[in-house]
Amino acid sequence: MSDATTSAPGAASIPGDVSAAEPRARSRRRFRPNGSMIVMALYLLFLMLPIYWLLNMSLKTNAEILSGFSLWPRNLTLANYEKILTDPSWYMGYVNSIIYVTMNTVISISVALPAAYAFSRYSFMGDKHLFFWLLTNRMAPPAVFALPFFQLYSSVGLFDTHIAVALAHTLFNVPLAVWILEGFMRGVPREIDETAYIDGYSFPKFFVKIFMPLIASGIGVAAFFCFMFSWVELLLSRTLTSVDAKPIAATMTRTVSASGLDWGVLAAAGVLTILPGALVIWFVRNYIAKGFALGRV
Amino acid sequence: MTLTLESVSKRVEGQTHIHRTDLTLQNGTMNVLLGPTLSGKTTLMRLMAGLDAPTTGRILWNGEDVTGVRVQDRKVAMVYQQFINYPSMTVYENIASPMRISGKSKDEIDAAVRKSAEMMKLTPLLDRKPLELSGGQQQRCALARALVKDAGLVLLDEPLANLDYKLREELRAEIPKIFEEAGSIFVYATTEPEEALLLGGHVATLWEGRVTQFDETPQVYRHPVDATTARVFSDPPMNFLPFEKRGAVLHLDGGREVPAAGALGGLRDGRYQGGFRPNHMELERRHEGDITFETRLAVTEITGSETFVHLDHHGTRWVGLIHGVRNLRPGQALTAYLDPAHVYVFAEDGPLVAPASYVEAA
Repeated sequence: MSDATTSAPGAASIPGDVSAAEPRARSRRRFRPNGSMIVMALYLLFLMLPIYWLLNMSLKTNAEILSGFSLWPRNLTLANYEKILTDPSWYMGYVNSIIYVTMNTVISISVALPAAYAFSRYSFMGDKHLFFWLLTNRMAPPAVFALPFFQLYSSVGLFDTHIAVALAHTLFNVPLAVWILEGFMRGVPREIDETAYIDGYSFPKFFVKIFMPLIASGIGVAAFFCFMFSWVELLLSRTLTSVDAKPIAATMTRTVSASGLDWGVLAAAGVLTILPGALVIWFVRNYIAKGFALGRV
Repeated sequence: MTLTLESVSKRVEGQTHIHRTDLTLQNGTMNVLLGPTLSGKTTLMRLMAGLDAPTTGRILWNGEDVTGVRVQDRKVAMVYQQFINYPSMTVYENIASPMRISGKSKDEIDAAVRKSAEMMKLTPLLDRKPLELSGGQQQRCALARALVKDAGLVLLDEPLANLDYKLREELRAEIPKIFEEAGSIFVYATTEPEEALLLGGHVATLWEGRVTQFDETPQVYRHPVDATTARVFSDPPMNFLPFEKRGAVLHLDGGREVPAAGALGGLRDGRYQGGFRPNHMELERRHEGDITFETRLAVTEITGSETFVHLDHHGTRWVGLIHGVRNLRPGQALTAYLDPAHVYVFAEDGPLVAPASYVEAA
């Protein structure tokens, strides 16, 4: 970069022209790397390295992946992606995941909304303890629940259905959603509720027409967390499904087959798995910032 | 239309917020609830509105028991001290919302909204969201919503407390005019005696959850039934002076003796509390019979054209409101003058024995 500024032909040789010297000095100052830039660069490097490597692998052939070290694909190929998008055993994994994640998010939010409202507005027996105990489910690892869920769902005929996984995930998502929404709801003055009642709104009408628009960003944040948890959770979703509702994460980890490891396809599947999360983050990024500031999260 | 509270009380977790209260409010009247913070003004309003249920007693609307009726089914409107509007709706939608719910026709709503917006000077702002407005405009929006509802009972809970001085004066002058036309029962809570006097109508003074007196405002101001009412209805609070009357002599604290002049001469012998309002204290002799007090100045506050003087008199703090700006130094000795005609006499336990004689003359 400093070459570009000095190469202006004859700029410095004009006698009496002092103006050229000043921008040169300024530009040199501008490009001098400072501490925070280095830290930022390192941060991005470490953060993006695994993701870049995944992308890199997904665009290579298996032969190139195994042949040695290369920073970028020498023989760029989209065959890995093509395989995933045409083979039902691959793409149905995505469809299954999206189905149960959506179900889970809808169930979690619609259950958590009234619960959070109760916690934020009413005092009832044991409300504070209950509110804390909501979170204790999140203290136990999902593995603890895998066995009872497996047996329970098998015996009631829910095994290998989308709703089974969605319901299992609500165990973790409902408490979190209640916790997040309660923070947002507490920020809405109680007088707004009362004004609405005085105006003549019935409770359901008030809740949908007045209250929910007020906590829209809270609902967005809660839905985001539900989505992310359900999307990345592997253990329960793998335990509770076999064929019909098999999620993508399970498909990916079971592809260590007799024919060896299909590195390129796996990497492509990984990239496609990151995409929905990245998209969701992109859409809710403003809400999240607001959410972290306003709500409890 | 009347609103009647029959021995209504409210207890929350063993604490009495409102003691047994009987109150009847008449149609088309302005009723001011006057009391310091935590005296129960808001609680009483919430009981009237039906937002809270009373622990004991009944609430009657036109003689009909409405104690357990949901707030949605009562004809009430309420404006809070905080500016409460629906932030996600425009000003127009906010004002229209009570009419929308009651299923009025579109034209009817439009006419009513525009009329009340005109009254509240909100017409150019109808398309804005409440949070884009100034505090005064937000509160006017809330007032317009209360107006448009055509409620029989309109509750205003310190609606002007959070507004700046200029706006407060402006709205305070407008509110009685606007609500007179509507012809409902108005209840207006305030902490300021001055506001109660300006609004007129009736006043109920509250002290620690008790309605100490309910009557026409000038009557309460001139004839407070007890020392508590007098203290509530005076800002700064009324000054008190304990004394004992024996024969024709008043024995004050500190061993002073003063001849019992005027109305004070007619009292029976015994111990009393004399009470006088800050604006009746003088720093110069005005009348021949003025009682003098040797005091020490603690603090002065100058409010433009008037001066508040805080005086120590034998360990009691008095406040005087003196016309004009005075240059006084804290700690200096001052002689205060008081016309005995301005002294209310209360029994030691509170009830009024004799109002100040200047009131009788007026």
